[in-house]
Amino acid sequence: MTSLYEEIPAAPPADVPTRRVTITVNGDRRTLDIEPRLLLSHLIRQGLQLTGTHMGCDTTGCGTCTVLLNGRPVKSCTVLAVQADGREVETVEGLSSAQQLHPLQEGFKQEHGLQCGYCTPGMMMAAKALLERNPNPTEDEVRWALSGNICRCTGYQNIVKAVLWAADKMREQEG
Amino acid sequence: MIPVAFDYTKPSTVDEAVQALIAGGEDAKVISGGQSLMPVLRLRMAAPSVLVDVGGIAEMNGVSDDGDHLLIGSNTTHHDVMNNALVKQHAGLLAMTAATVADPQIRHRGTLGGSLAHADPAGDLPTAALALECVMVAQGPKGRREIAAKDFFVDYFTSALESDEVLVAIKVPKMGDGWGYHYEKFNRTAQAWATVGVAAAVKRQNGTITEARVALTNMGPSPIRASSVESALAGASASADAIAAASTSAADGTRPTSDLHATAEFREHLARVLTKRAVAQAAGV
Repeated sequence: MTSLYEEIPAAPPADVPTRRVTITVNGDRRTLDIEPRLLLSHLIRQGLQLTGTHMGCDTTGCGTCTVLLNGRPVKSCTVLAVQADGREVETVEGLSSAQQLHPLQEGFKQEHGLQCGYCTPGMMMAAKALLERNPNPTEDEVRWALSGNICRCTGYQNIVKAVLWAADKMREQEG
Repeated sequence: MIPVAFDYTKPSTVDEAVQALIAGGEDAKVISGGQSLMPVLRLRMAAPSVLVDVGGIAEMNGVSDDGDHLLIGSNTTHHDVMNNALVKQHAGLLAMTAATVADPQIRHRGTLGGSLAHADPAGDLPTAALALECVMVAQGPKGRREIAAKDFFVDYFTSALESDEVLVAIKVPKMGDGWGYHYEKFNRTAQAWATVGVAAAVKRQNGTITEARVALTNMGPSPIRASSVESALAGASASADAIAAASTSAADGTRPTSDLHATAEFREHLARVLTKRAVAQAAGV
């Protein structure tokens, strides 16, 4: 039996009323016909096949589905895709280029900021928004910025270290 | 989970939103940030036929200075409320309380109006609105009306709004000189719903409390003022002993429930302890 998630088709059936939306995802402008009830997370994962964004809790609690909507972290399982019309969405796939990891990705590697990795995409997107606003955060500020993201493996220590590592690296690159 | 299918409309004025609500009948529902409604839709605890998205109505966004009060558009997010200079200056209790709502992601989407209209007994902002004596500005088919916070929160998840009314803005009276405030909340870390919360605003003059407002979160079907604490504090000295004595009646007249987070008895205990802490902070003791 397939899960409910997999029942969401990439294109809705012809008899279902749809809305046309234009959403910029990781810099690519996409125009799509979608059902109003489609969650942004389902659009990203099923519709656009960007499976880096994870879904964990289905109750707006865990934060692994975090993406940036017009630069601000939001839980994509709790945003209707139609509400992203005309806006910019950034997912974890937008972090790296083909040749180079983003400093956050490098930081999670260097500092062992993950074990199972399920929460990691949400952690990195929440951290990216923090570092764009505050390039030199304190440990406390990192913890507050990640307070909407739950990790069941690490105890958070190495995630915080990874974000601070990335902050150092990004300041070096800037400087 | 996937919500039951619904139609969706995005009006650009309040008039259009009211028309859409009238057309949609009782099964129409207003959405803005959706941080309370979306989980309900996904769990299929609600199945509206049409969602009226008021998020694009410019008039309903932002904070303005309107003389003796601030006018905050319903669409203003918790993030914007807690960081707004006018709110911090004139209604610090509201900014402080907004900062305790959920987590950063939810504060970026969730709105003040949505949080008040949702009327969750465990919601923090209704309590702050009650303590600040805010006034809700609603628009329906018969025009605009104003609803005092004390009349707005009717029951569990029930506000005084009619099904064809939109909460347009919130009038927040400015706190003048001499007022201190604090929101104290006891909660599980994840998701941050209040087991019990206490909003306190205290006016001090020469070491005496001249006026106190104390409102409680999750001590009944809707936020409630701890009126016996308020009267015990009026005229009392701003001292730890006087505040502790007044706080012993914090649970009087409340109707807390027992659930998996706390028994009613524990909630009554929390109300007393948190009231003492909140009032002491607000009074600078």
